[in-house]
Amino acid sequence: MSSESKKIKIGLEVHCQLTSLKTKLFCNSPSDYREKPPNTNICPVCIGTPGSLPVLNRNALNYATMVASSLNFEIMSHMIFFRKNYFYPDMSKNFQITQYDRAGGVPFAINGYILLNNGRKIRLGRMQLEEDPAKISYDGTIESSSETYVDYNRAGIALIEIVTEPDLESPSDAREFLNKLSSILEHLNVLDLGLEGSVRCDANISHRGGKRVEIKNISSFKEVERALNFEMTRQKSLASKGINVSQETRHWDDVRRITISLRLKEEEQDYRYFPETDLVPVTLSETFIEKINHDMPELPKEREIRFQQEYNHSSEIARVLVKDKYLADYSEKAAKESIAPREVGILLAVNLPPFLNEIGKDLKSLDVAPEHFAELADMISKGEVSRRSSKTIFLEMLKTGQKPRNIFDKKGLDVISDSKSIEDIVTKIFKDNPEAVKDAAKDTKAINFLLGKIMQETRGRVDPSIATKLVKQKLSVQ
Amino acid sequence: MTARILDIPVWEVVKKIANQEISSEDYISETLERIQKIDPKINAYITVIKEASLDKALELDKQIRQGKTVGRLAGLPIAIKDSICVKNIKNTCGSRMLENFVAPYNATVADKIIREDGIIIGKTNLDEFAMGTSTEHSFFGATRNPWDSSKVPGGSSGGSAASIASFEAALALGSDTGGSIRSPASFCSVVGLKPTYGAVSRYGLVSYSNSLEQIGPIARDVRSTAILMDCINGYDIRDSTSKNTVPQRFADIFKNTVKNLKIGVPNEFFGEGVQKEVHKSIWNVIHKIEKLGFHYEKTTLPMVKYALPAYYIIAMSEASSNLARYDGLRYGFNVPKNNLNWNTTFSKNRRNGFGDEVRQRIMLGTYTLSAGYFDQYYLKAQKIRTLIKQDFDRAFKKFDILVVPSMPILPFTLGEKLNDPLSLYMCDINTVPANLAGIPSISIPCGLSSGLPIGVQIMAPPFREDLLFKAGYLFEENVTIDKSVGEFTNV
Repeated sequence: MSSESKKIKIGLEVHCQLTSLKTKLFCNSPSDYREKPPNTNICPVCIGTPGSLPVLNRNALNYATMVASSLNFEIMSHMIFFRKNYFYPDMSKNFQITQYDRAGGVPFAINGYILLNNGRKIRLGRMQLEEDPAKISYDGTIESSSETYVDYNRAGIALIEIVTEPDLESPSDAREFLNKLSSILEHLNVLDLGLEGSVRCDANISHRGGKRVEIKNISSFKEVERALNFEMTRQKSLASKGINVSQETRHWDDVRRITISLRLKEEEQDYRYFPETDLVPVTLSETFIEKINHDMPELPKEREIRFQQEYNHSSEIARVLVKDKYLADYSEKAAKESIAPREVGILLAVNLPPFLNEIGKDLKSLDVAPEHFAELADMISKGEVSRRSSKTIFLEMLKTGQKPRNIFDKKGLDVISDSKSIEDIVTKIFKDNPEAVKDAAKDTKAINFLLGKIMQETRGRVDPSIATKLVKQKLSVQ
Repeated sequence: MTARILDIPVWEVVKKIANQEISSEDYISETLERIQKIDPKINAYITVIKEASLDKALELDKQIRQGKTVGRLAGLPIAIKDSICVKNIKNTCGSRMLENFVAPYNATVADKIIREDGIIIGKTNLDEFAMGTSTEHSFFGATRNPWDSSKVPGGSSGGSAASIASFEAALALGSDTGGSIRSPASFCSVVGLKPTYGAVSRYGLVSYSNSLEQIGPIARDVRSTAILMDCINGYDIRDSTSKNTVPQRFADIFKNTVKNLKIGVPNEFFGEGVQKEVHKSIWNVIHKIEKLGFHYEKTTLPMVKYALPAYYIIAMSEASSNLARYDGLRYGFNVPKNNLNWNTTFSKNRRNGFGDEVRQRIMLGTYTLSAGYFDQYYLKAQKIRTLIKQDFDRAFKKFDILVVPSMPILPFTLGEKLNDPLSLYMCDINTVPANLAGIPSISIPCGLSSGLPIGVQIMAPPFREDLLFKAGYLFEENVTIDKSVGEFTNV
């Protein structure tokens, strides 16, 4: 960690929809609102029809308890809901039912944390359960649109809000934190991160103890690091020119990839929080929490340890694999099919990421089955292909989706293992490169040139250790 | 058949309809005729449902003739306050804001009435969004007192109580946030029950102050009130604050006469604001009961003197939030399309859609919830509320019921207090404690003074509506009220 980045303080406010719930937080309208015609996924409760009353979805309590437990939160045994009052068309009642930690309010949970890989603790101040607002859209931009469209299909979806302390010290910290959080949430199976808008993030960032800037509207975890990097650079460059950063709220424009000033924060909006007495106080008994903990699915941390024990992965590889639930599940399928699970780990955690980066895709979009990785790992571990040839097969497999065995057969990549054949090749190389042989006899470092020629000739099908041994023997005889 | 059938006690009518002594068709027709004749002078109704009511009556009569089992309210015309949703019927809340708002669903109580074959004959007038004690603050004009049409009927459920007093309905539903059932029951000389908070589902009642209000029955006598309460109480999965208990049954409790009742009479309800005629009438009935062998004892609930300010702070705070949804965007009053920003659009709609009293309460409630004032108003009021509850808890360790005046004054003249909101708020002084404590309370006619009604209020511990009915029945039996002196109170 450089001393420069330590002067950055970042705090995040993360909103996650509990997309695995069947219904909204306070009514029976389905949670699955996506792709539906506007304002069809609604009922009297979620559009605030006069006389309607909210009723808490008990499953949301189960899910929120799972999330709170796995993020090391202290769960409040007795909690109430609050109203946050503000006039805006995205809230049909002009208040949001949420939780609050002041004015006699109690949030769902307090004092949680996530550990980064370097062991640093990122404190999570509080977690609360609340309803999602409706979605507002325009024809083009806010300024140019003559109409405003409000779609209440999303209104009332269960959200959990997680607020960190300003413990993150760099945009990459933020990325690592969000990766860990994502993986935990995915392992809990409470939400599908792949659904558009299922997670949203606001970020606070300050530089060298300067004023705090809030960035709103970051619509995916991937954008967070980008937005923070932009904002960090902006603040540093202001500071270098001796200009003070003003406390303000900025908007992340993910098309232009810049932050834009929304409003200076000279005054805090008064939300007139007070208790929502249409809902009764919630009591979570110790037995309830214990039962949830007992039935909790395996979490990334536990899975990382099990991967090391069960599949003989190194700790580093296990950590990479569990970073993403899809990858972890995929690697586990492949490992189960293989006699060399450790090789599977190396293929998926070490060799795969650079390839995916290069083509800008993710594992999900590749047409390659886990069994393919298992097969290739087995071929490597049995010595049927050299490590170098395996790379050719690997790339071909990823590009075409063909089975490694088929690629191997087509390309003739079997290892040349009988010593007579290798000797013939070595003899041929010696004959073709007399100068190099002379150099090698004087300087052992020049052996590498000869070895390179042999590999070229055989397209890497010779075990390098055998080739080295034969070259050395031949040189000593000369 | 003559209009005299309307004069038969409703608890008898329901039996007579079931055994074909009276047809529902006749009873409904008579009621509709009565409405047509006198409601232009009373203005109890905002909406009257004619054809559908008659159709339903005919259908029920047919079922009864065929020997089919019918519900416990079969054939009775029931009036419902216009803040309680009835599907496909306008639900105006007495406001321009909801002048054309048609309810898309039934309130749970409406569902229950329909299930028991009650006939919803119309929706009754009220102070706008139930905010008032006189039913003068309605966009649809004031309701008048059937005893004397120059007087107010009480409120906010003034239309419901007036419809009962004037025989324009057999039974009615009101809602009571700070006395809105008991006040008009007292002023109109009918029986009105505010149930225990959580006894009746609020689903479908447009909220004014949701932590205080309950839907309750209004009728001309105690036994008929109990019949309606029988049908509407009980847990509702759609109202989290409704109590998950076995529904109470009251219709049969009148078979046995009550023998022991420990009666408390708390001083705080007989303060200087209570008119001497009211004072006299209440003591008169207490002494009558005493002569029957029921002992009473004076007592004190010291925190009750803070009830009125605590009530208004809580009610207005909640109202400011409950009424925020009326912005004209999705339904309700909307100024013609314009290119204004949200805040201006909302302000215009709310300024023009709400009446003065509603706007005043929204503004006061917004103030009491604001940062910096929250602690000294809202939180303090909640603390007082707790202390008042404790006062009642203590009193009910000693007494079965508490007996006090329902209203401190006699029905007053229309317009008399319109420019004096404080004196209007003072009318609620004896009714708000029961709402703050969440306990049940009933108003029973107890006498007339210069031809104007006075009501006695009985309060009981939570979920002891049975005590209220038993005691109410006892009081009712020992009081005679001459209905012939009223303008529209006899048929």
